[in-house]
Amino acid sequence: MEPNALGYLAAGLGAALTVIGAGLGIGKLAAAAMEASGRQPEVAGQVRTSMLIAAALIEGATFFALAICIILATKS
Amino acid sequence: MSFPGTPASPDTLHAVHDTLHAAHGGKEDLFSSLLHHVQDSHELETPFGHIELPHLPSFSVAGVTFDMSITKHVVFLWVGGVILCLLGYLVARKNAGRDVPHGFGTLMETFIVFVRDEIVLPNMGPAGVKYLPYLLTTFLYILLMNLMGLIPYGASATGNVNVTAGLAIIAFVMIQAAAIRAQGLGHYLAHLTGGVHWSLWPIMIPIEILGLFTKPFALCIRLFANMTGGHIVLVSLIGLIFIFQSYIIAVAPVGFVVAINFLELFVALLQAYIFTMLTSLFMGLGMQAEGHGAAADHGH
Repeated sequence: MEPNALGYLAAGLGAALTVIGAGLGIGKLAAAAMEASGRQPEVAGQVRTSMLIAAALIEGATFFALAICIILATKS
Repeated sequence: MSFPGTPASPDTLHAVHDTLHAAHGGKEDLFSSLLHHVQDSHELETPFGHIELPHLPSFSVAGVTFDMSITKHVVFLWVGGVILCLLGYLVARKNAGRDVPHGFGTLMETFIVFVRDEIVLPNMGPAGVKYLPYLLTTFLYILLMNLMGLIPYGASATGNVNVTAGLAIIAFVMIQAAAIRAQGLGHYLAHLTGGVHWSLWPIMIPIEILGLFTKPFALCIRLFANMTGGHIVLVSLIGLIFIFQSYIIAVAPVGFVVAINFLELFVALLQAYIFTMLTSLFMGLGMQAEGHGAAADHGH
């Protein structure tokens, strides 16, 4: 296999695995937030704010990996 | 005139192919021509044609060349800055004497009160209000630059890693300045040692200094990757139309693109908020560290 093809393959696999990790993490986060809002509707606003902040931080880590995949795909 | 159900006529395909070919200097790759719309470029696209932007001479400092030519993102940086300064100045002048803002000032008041009450006061306390101008500028400038990427013929300057690196450097300077101002230089340097025995300092101090840099680095990459990723998704979905080369397929990508544009709107707001909130959080952490360690022991 040529190095170019391996680079593209790595970029694709890397992006897919990254999205799996992000989806799992944010899914658990959203589940906890839903449960908390259901138990105590009056704090739903604060829960939503905290959820968004945590989701953005998790996505920040995701995008590290994504940036590396983009570099891999464009340098190949 | 062909029906929408048939594939696009050969003339259209040739025109598209020639445009793509000419636009990226002859490289055949669809991917690189798609990326060309997301990355920085030396020409500005307006509805009236291309404007070639000037290439200024580059200089090198210690082996690193700085290409100072004016590119598309630089133009949008300037446009965003001018718009923000104008808006701020006009709103301030019109609402100078009043208690209740009027007109566009109500929108600015919403943003200012939001940044002050939701971001500055919870994280930094009442002593943090003196940093409100910096945080408000950060929030509104990033928001404006993110939103300018969503209008046609626009580009988001925050999609350039150099721009977000600049913002992160300023955030780093402000975080250290807030910590030093609140704790004093001696306490600040003492916190860098981490409260361990002095024989461990040669290990501890480089690690702590490195730890100072990771947070602004994360801010930089988060903002850059969010904006660039969103634009790549949008451009790729439109590129699907060119790959399938028919008009009837175009319904699905256009629908997706509308939905993703709404998501991008939300992400623009969210990323501006996250950048500002994390900066104020780190500043608040630095300012709060003065509370402990004054009288009690220094164990972290």
